[in-house]
Amino acid sequence: MHELSIVSSIVDTVTESLAAYPGARVKEVRLRVGVLAAVVEDSLQFCYGIVTEDTPLAGSALVVKTLPVMAHCAPCGRDVEIASIQSLRCPRCGAPATDLRQGRELEIDCIEIVEKSGGIA
Amino acid sequence: MTTRIVELRRGILKKNDELAAGLRQRYTAAGVLVLNLVSSPGTGKTAFLERTLRELLASGARAAALVGDLETDNDAQRLAASGAPVRQINTHGICHLEAEMVGKHLDGWNLADLDYLFIENVGNLVCPSSYDLGEKIRVALLSVTEGEDKPLKYPTLFNSADAAVISKIDIAEPCGFDREAALWNINEIRPGIRIFETSAKTGAGMHEWYAYLAEERANVRA
Ligand SMILES: Nc1nc2c(ncn2[C@@H]2O[C@H](COP(=O)(O)OP(=O)(O)OP(=O)(O)O)[C@@H](O)[C@H]2O)c(=O)[nH]1
Ligand SMILES: [Mg+2]
Ligand SMILES: [Zn+2]
Ligand SMILES: [Zn+2]
Repeated sequence: MHELSIVSSIVDTVTESLAAYPGARVKEVRLRVGVLAAVVEDSLQFCYGIVTEDTPLAGSALVVKTLPVMAHCAPCGRDVEIASIQSLRCPRCGAPATDLRQGRELEIDCIEIVEKSGGIA
Repeated sequence: MTTRIVELRRGILKKNDELAAGLRQRYTAAGVLVLNLVSSPGTGKTAFLERTLRELLASGARAAALVGDLETDNDAQRLAASGAPVRQINTHGICHLEAEMVGKHLDGWNLADLDYLFIENVGNLVCPSSYDLGEKIRVALLSVTEGEDKPLKYPTLFNSADAAVISKIDIAEPCGFDREAALWNINEIRPGIRIFETSAKTGAGMHEWYAYLAEERANVRA
């Protein structure tokens, strides 16, 4: 359900940004998605195929880069990667991870487009 | 043909985030404490709010509620019986509330006349965690009938919460509820979170919750 609105929002954003590249075709859309973003990649991909039909994004690939949770561990004095979202603890010292620095992202990183040759570069 | 990479670097829910930021500013300016209640369907959000609203009104506080459901205004009717102003948001198929829906349903309410505004989200443990409603406090509820490992199954929601409520503790025993495990699991997902153990039926544990509300309200008072 919510994957559908996410995909619609991706289509809107990408379509808007294409205005600057008339005639261009979208080859790939790359996302950055944190493991705490509550998004299931399979449903994203499924919705993507359906929603992009008849849009300038039709036939493009959706590439999802998954980002692990990173937290700042005060006792260790550094950022650490949290292996499991079932237990938010520092892997080095076991301290509870309360200061999260990464893991909730849900963003479009970039798109790869194909421009017609002869167009302004 | 030439290919080109266009950097966008844009939050997918940016529109909601911006609307939520606008709402948050309005709430702060009005000095109203706003809470967003999230849980599975049937955890007891409405029952918990009914009791909370009655208590707050009896103590002279000014409280209102918005309640989100796919269909029907049953929950709004239950909450309105407390005497508080209540509005129903029917999402018609959308399984979570969004900032835009909340904004629209605030029309005509003077927020400065309120001490508390409660938003009961649609019963759903997945997407409400992604949609900021501008609230100060997100409350995740878990009932004793749901299994102690719920927080582990839905870590995103419990991790995004500011406070947790274990509801229906009056029936903890017949349900074989393992209290220690539930508290442990919530803490593994959201270390240090405030946890309230309550029954909307008997009122057990509600006083700690009311004290917390009063404290948090004092923090936003302009
Ligand atoms: N024993 C007991 N039952 C409760 C308690 N709170 C709620 N219930 C019952 O649990 C059921 C669901 O309660 P609601 O308050 O409607 O739950 P909800 O979370 O608002 O449900 P949705 O809005 O549909 O997601 C009802 O039958 C309530 O009577 C409680 O503290 N103790
Ligand atoms: Mg309800
Ligand atoms: Zn550490
Ligand atoms: Zn939803």
